[in-house]
Amino acid sequence: MKEFPGAGGLILNEPLLWEQGRRGRSGYSLPRPDVARAEPPAELAGEGPDFPDLSEAEVVRHYIRLSQWNFSVDAGFYPLGSCTMKYNPKTNERQASRPGFAGAHPLLPAALCQGALELMAALECLLAEITGMDAVTLQPAAGAQGELAGMLIFHAYHRQQGRPRSKIIVPDTAHGTNPASAALCGYTAVPVASNERGVISPEAVASVMDAETAGIMVTNPNTLGLFEENIRAVAEIVHGRGGLVYGDGANMNAVLGQVHMGEIGVDVLHLNLHKTFSTPHGGGGPGAGPVCVRRRLEPFLPVPRVRYADGVYTFSDDYPLSIGKLQAFWGNMGNLVRAYSYILSLGAANLKRASQLAVLAANYIKERLKGVYHLPYDRPCMHECVFSDKLQQAHRVSTLDIAKRLMDYGYHPPTIYFPLVVPGAIMIEPTETESKETIDRFIEAMQAIAAEAEQSPDTLHQAPTRCRRRRLDETAAARKPRLTG
Amino acid sequence: MRYLPHTTEDVAEMLAAVGAGSLEELFAAIPPECRRRAEMRLPEPLTEWELDAHIDRLAGRMATAPEAKVFVGAGSYDHHIPAAVGFLASRSEFVTSYTPYQPEVSQGTLQAVFEYQTLTARLLGLEVANASMYDGASALAEALLMAVRVTRRPRVALARAVHPLYRRVVETYLAPAGVEVRELAFGPTGATGAAAIGDAAELAAVAVQSPNFFGCIEDLPAIAQTAHAAGALCVAAFSEPLAFGLFKSPGRLGADIACGEGQSMGIPRSFGGPGLGMFATRMQHVRHMPGRLVGETTDVEGRRGFVLTLATREQHIRREKATSNICTNNSLCALTAAAFMACLGGSGLRELARLNYDRSEYLKARLRQAGVGLAFDAPTFNEFTAVFPPRFRDTYRRLLDRNIMAGLPLEPYYPELADHYLFGVTETMPREDMDALVREVQS
Repeated sequence: MKEFPGAGGLILNEPLLWEQGRRGRSGYSLPRPDVARAEPPAELAGEGPDFPDLSEAEVVRHYIRLSQWNFSVDAGFYPLGSCTMKYNPKTNERQASRPGFAGAHPLLPAALCQGALELMAALECLLAEITGMDAVTLQPAAGAQGELAGMLIFHAYHRQQGRPRSKIIVPDTAHGTNPASAALCGYTAVPVASNERGVISPEAVASVMDAETAGIMVTNPNTLGLFEENIRAVAEIVHGRGGLVYGDGANMNAVLGQVHMGEIGVDVLHLNLHKTFSTPHGGGGPGAGPVCVRRRLEPFLPVPRVRYADGVYTFSDDYPLSIGKLQAFWGNMGNLVRAYSYILSLGAANLKRASQLAVLAANYIKERLKGVYHLPYDRPCMHECVFSDKLQQAHRVSTLDIAKRLMDYGYHPPTIYFPLVVPGAIMIEPTETESKETIDRFIEAMQAIAAEAEQSPDTLHQAPTRCRRRRLDETAAARKPRLTG
Repeated sequence: MRYLPHTTEDVAEMLAAVGAGSLEELFAAIPPECRRRAEMRLPEPLTEWELDAHIDRLAGRMATAPEAKVFVGAGSYDHHIPAAVGFLASRSEFVTSYTPYQPEVSQGTLQAVFEYQTLTARLLGLEVANASMYDGASALAEALLMAVRVTRRPRVALARAVHPLYRRVVETYLAPAGVEVRELAFGPTGATGAAAIGDAAELAAVAVQSPNFFGCIEDLPAIAQTAHAAGALCVAAFSEPLAFGLFKSPGRLGADIACGEGQSMGIPRSFGGPGLGMFATRMQHVRHMPGRLVGETTDVEGRRGFVLTLATREQHIRREKATSNICTNNSLCALTAAAFMACLGGSGLRELARLNYDRSEYLKARLRQAGVGLAFDAPTFNEFTAVFPPRFRDTYRRLLDRNIMAGLPLEPYYPELADHYLFGVTETMPREDMDALVREVQS
């Protein structure tokens, strides 16, 4: 008999940290004092924070119980659109935790940190080759900081051209971070609507691109999972009027080995190592958001840059046009080691195949669920497909209900209500690391839920019933915020 | 390839369902002029053991303890990480989950972050802490942008004794927003006097770091008072939060925003990243605060649970009017820090802070006995600044050749502090190594 992964299980209760413990317990091995006690000035001394005292075993049990309330990609299928929840290889964890990297002080002189500098230089080259760009910075801490770096580069470039600009074009399918990042540079976002095919039309861009506009931010493939087929024409218009093209590479997992971002007109591109390059997402970070640029924008990259001369790697700050620094140190090294390990493990052919299989899986789901769920753009997709709840609305079942019911079947829901251009959007990104059996079983779950929506819609309204908690009151949480205990 | 499960038959069946003849055909939507002409040129794939050997070689070219002796903190500290903390932080239920958008299947991360927010607020003496920022430097930059939003004033004052790399990040974030940064000099004691602030009338914030870059404790009450009198916020940055186990917290001393680096709390130095941006403020400013927040609520059965909340401040709702563009933050590092704080407890944190204080005071005293000058006389935590004669540069280089980093030369960051070296020690630095260092720098 076929079984979905969702099951009832023994879920253990666990109170908050400070609802347990007893003063005088400890979970820490304090060092033996081998120097004299020194007394700090009395007027500066405080009492120390009011933390609970717990034993090591209590702390371990606490977090193990909490961990069991989490869905994770190691435990199950996680088709969260736009987030590329692919398998996070375990060898990458081993490489990142080596004492040589994990224990290294960031301000070691170059002679004492050649290994890290060599790895960074090599990773920059690999990412440049994969994207088709010319130069790379590894410093941004996440995709949004990569976007900020990109906007700062736009800003610095136009200032150097002697003509600062005030606006930026952001299509309606963009991630919300795009306008927020642009605003940090003082740019006003100018929206352009996508056309009936779900992509940007050159005419729409031509009608708003002027001498006050710094450029355009394009996510390609876009958030509908469609390739921006007019990108070259769009880039020509923008470049022709002195602007630059920003590529949001959050969806790079669709086009590895297929597209040369430099040749299609992208000037600045950020990558999310925690999406395309398999570094784990950690329940909300840390990520890493390297930024790749064309040669003419290289002088603006953040400092320091890694340089190699006479057999020695060094950091150099000697880039007077640089936008400056984004983090105190050099980037999220732990994730750089993981991504580097991932690329070296796959090589060119497997990276390309990864994208092919990711696109195959998304199209397969799209074809098999078409008709069961409404498909607003019925055409070949890239690595993700977008459905809506239009057919289920007749039974008073919404996207939210479908998402919550999926939990009972043992799946993490897709991304919902995004992109905004599709009302009630259900955005599914299966990735290349999920087997056909897993995907087939998920499709069956989606079909079963569609049937339930017709026959017993209340089952969906009540979902989830198998999780640690049932639906939570988000309105009350925001109205009377209780942010500490 | 072991990460790609599809067999030839799987691919054939799936292609048939899609109606495509080949994998390449799936990319027909990409116009020919957008297709890559040449294959990617990357190294041949490595086996798992070849990768081990390769990374081994690179990691072997790094100077780390115990072979290397690094007497430097400067924003990155070598504290002991309990095995339990490393173990819990590597649980794949925490590591391989996404941001907790779906609370019913994310209660583990959500409760852990709620606990982190609570412990952080208690540590910093403020009412509310966010779910984390990237690092101490970007947290400070975002704090200053927040102060500009709260006060609607276009100028901030920033102490020169704030970590020089943090100040460069502040400059990057604030320059395009048109916010002017005025520098506050440090005095002969190494601390920033409130008198340096001068006219604060147009200031959104007065920002100092305490303990500052030189390890000196700032006179936060006086600085906060001057800032408040002029209607500005007092922003207290830090790079070593362990200090608040021993010294009064920034919130208690009058800071409106406390922000800084939490790497000390159980996170490996990892060549500078990922770290943990800690960020706390008063409840009255919470709607101006950047970053994610977890809040307590109930489910339909009235049971306690946790959700991401106050999202109306954030980029995915407010778009260009958001309080920040941050979305992915450093959540796993926040969980790690909370587990570390839980292991220590209140009593342990206090004792660990004392042991750290004892050690730097010991090294200070030994160097002073050996005739080495100390640059500043303000009280310090973990770090202090020593002055050597110019000929010490040769000694310094010789020690580096032996993998000993005898402090951080300050001249590249402060041209006025030639021959000044910033020393840092923690509980992991044995007394015999400090004694050996003193002998070396004497010779």
